[in-house]
Amino acid sequence: MQMPAPDARTLGRKAAIVARLREVLPADAVIDDPVELRAYECDALAAYRCPPLAAILPRSTAEVAAALKVCHAEGVKVVPRGAGTSLAGGAMPSEDSVILGIARMTRVLEVDYADRIIKVEAGRTNLSVTGAIEQDGFFYAPDPSSQLACAIAGNIAMNSGGAHCLKYGVTTNNLLGVTLVTMAGEVLEIGGAHLDAPGLDLLGVICGSEGQLGVVTEATLRILAKPEGARPVLIGFDSSEVAGACVADIIRAGVLPVAIEFMDRPCIRATEDFAHAGYPDCEALLIIEVEGSPAEIDEQLGLIRTIAERHSPVEFRESRSEEESKRIWLGRKSAFGAMGQINDYMCLDGTIPVSALPQVLRRIGELSAEYGLEVANVFHAGDGNMHPLILYHANTPGQLELCEKLGAEILTLCVEVGGCLTGEHGVGIEKRDLMTVQFTPADLEAQMRVKDVFDPAWLLNPAKVFPLAASAGRRGN
Amino acid sequence: MRPTSEDDLATLVRSANGPLRVQGGGTRSAAGEGELLETGGLSGIVLYEPAALTLVVRAGTPLAEVQAALAAENQRLPFEPGEMGGLLGRPGASTIGGVVATNASGPRRVQAGACRDALIGVRFVDGRGTVIKNGGRVMKNVTGYDLVKLLAGSHGTLGVLTEVAFKLQPIPPATATLILPGLTPARAVAAMSAALGSPFDVTGAAHLPGIGTLIRLEGLAASVDYRVDRLLVALSPFGQAVVERDPAAAAALWQQVRDAAPFHGREGDVWRISVRPSDGPEVAARLGGEVVMDWGGGLIWALYPAGMDARAQLTGIAGHATRIRGTAPGIPDFPPEPAPVAALTAALRAQFDPRGILNAGP
Repeated sequence: MQMPAPDARTLGRKAAIVARLREVLPADAVIDDPVELRAYECDALAAYRCPPLAAILPRSTAEVAAALKVCHAEGVKVVPRGAGTSLAGGAMPSEDSVILGIARMTRVLEVDYADRIIKVEAGRTNLSVTGAIEQDGFFYAPDPSSQLACAIAGNIAMNSGGAHCLKYGVTTNNLLGVTLVTMAGEVLEIGGAHLDAPGLDLLGVICGSEGQLGVVTEATLRILAKPEGARPVLIGFDSSEVAGACVADIIRAGVLPVAIEFMDRPCIRATEDFAHAGYPDCEALLIIEVEGSPAEIDEQLGLIRTIAERHSPVEFRESRSEEESKRIWLGRKSAFGAMGQINDYMCLDGTIPVSALPQVLRRIGELSAEYGLEVANVFHAGDGNMHPLILYHANTPGQLELCEKLGAEILTLCVEVGGCLTGEHGVGIEKRDLMTVQFTPADLEAQMRVKDVFDPAWLLNPAKVFPLAASAGRRGN
Repeated sequence: MRPTSEDDLATLVRSANGPLRVQGGGTRSAAGEGELLETGGLSGIVLYEPAALTLVVRAGTPLAEVQAALAAENQRLPFEPGEMGGLLGRPGASTIGGVVATNASGPRRVQAGACRDALIGVRFVDGRGTVIKNGGRVMKNVTGYDLVKLLAGSHGTLGVLTEVAFKLQPIPPATATLILPGLTPARAVAAMSAALGSPFDVTGAAHLPGIGTLIRLEGLAASVDYRVDRLLVALSPFGQAVVERDPAAAAALWQQVRDAAPFHGREGDVWRISVRPSDGPEVAARLGGEVVMDWGGGLIWALYPAGMDARAQLTGIAGHATRIRGTAPGIPDFPPEPAPVAALTAALRAQFDPRGILNAGP
């Protein structure tokens, strides 16, 4: 993975920069010890690492603003970091950058059930947002798999999704307002507890901008009343294509489940060996979850059963208890862990039109055979967000490169059939150089012009999202 | 000017010497300055995949044509866009591009999101005459910056939309609207908050003068019946609700809310105010006159004396007020932004339209 050469002047001024940061931040908020800095050298895309110049851990919006003013004046790059769970390298530092971690900002600032909002500091973890309100019957809907660890700040940066976004939408659909600190250290209030923007939808473009437009320190989020109940059903099929056709029929029939998850045989086999969830021996399975009162759940599952039976499923397993529901979800939730047990893997995140599912699965199978690397498919079938896992051996020379090449082919395929490179993980460094597959130079230029407005010197997380060649003229050094 | 292709439109914008007034059906935006640039020549559905709940359509396509095509497949735009022609006294056919340019979102916004939430892709010609695409035709897409959201509600100031893509919604088989008569704005908002804060998946909560406070449920038939029963109990402190189950009659009620119908043809200016729902009653009290409340109290349509500044009455309440109908010297239609946000807005406009020719003015 290519990164720009570090700025020699910044490296040479490290001591002076750290000293200036110590002037505006408490002593324990500035880290420059090389051993301690190793904790910040990568995120969840752990194949790529680089220790930063320093790391700062402010406790308030005012401290964030003060620190950014220093970095701005010094011309030092800043890489914002939530909990460091990005799968795309969104929080990976460069040698000449300061990591700005907001993990210490975790307070709940306001809860209002009448207005159905919660305001939190953005370092708070996704799951603990729901944790603060569930005793009163409310929840925060976006649920990325990393929700136990990931921070709201990172969710906003990457516009994170989750298994239940088929019904509830992704982060941008549940975000009402942010406090944003610009690279120049200016504090902006964008949006609020009301539902729409007065002028340009700045909130909409900030969400998903991968920490390149500003540092989000506080967020106002929409919360929802928890449904009375939820129940999954597991349906096995003897071909992936039939499973895909069943998904299309369910959507077409007007049933809107909260989640439709898909696993193919390699994935089922691996998770069975690992988690022993008792999945059937079949080519593909769907896990479909519906919500409501017991009677409403029965009504929806009855419809789903009628549709599924037209596709001759090899198994239709409806949960009858909390215990059975857990077992149905167990394999799906352990899928990535199971894959990690048997191999190293690269997780892709392209989205395709649901109608292209059979065609894409077939082609992935062919590519997998060509490259001699096994690919397991587990994904959110309702919205076409695929997660092909390419299995490889990191210790075998050349396999990582081969895997990257296959990954690029699969993502290119996703774009060719009308989809996109990333549905919920973000571009980061990982898919940066594939952006030209999806966008024309004019499309990329329009996006980069937005960054020019928020961060004219391109100091915030600069070597991400855009192909290095495309952003070279703007990034300086 | 009425280009019939994206290329022609791009050429027209590139070669324009002065300001352009971009117009779809001319039923929404206030008349701006400059030469008229109509988008009606860019019309037609590009792609409609009912099984993927996806529609791609040219921006100049009439809204009614889009809705008819979707209804034929028992689907709809989730965000229930209103028609403003009746309120503004403008005949003509609203276009889907106009809907997007104003981020027009009706009562279902509280449950299904706004226009900007259903919008998954755009193509547009910026002020330089460059064709730009963003987003696409898939529901989950975080590839690059989300200019889709930025274009929604940009009132044609960043670019001229040529093509828009949406995620759709199946039309549920059953619907019911609970009507609570005679509530004050404060009690109405309390009732709506109770309904929206329940697990019963309310898809509309509005207060219509002379009719009552409306709570809408949609879904499978048995489910709607069950939730009606539960809500009747939960809302009993607010009085005995009448239940309207006839879809056509209920739709007529919601159309009145959506289009601010009580103010059609009446004397006075009309303001659209967005606040947190619990501030709705205070807004209604300060403005004194007649209001329609939507979004559980978070959206207020107010009839206000012509030429008077409703915004001046609302200081200290977080949110914003836009004058939708009427003019007055020194009182802008759009709310002034705080200086740092206004600077960002101006800089973004300068990037997308450096000559300042697209819908110049407020």
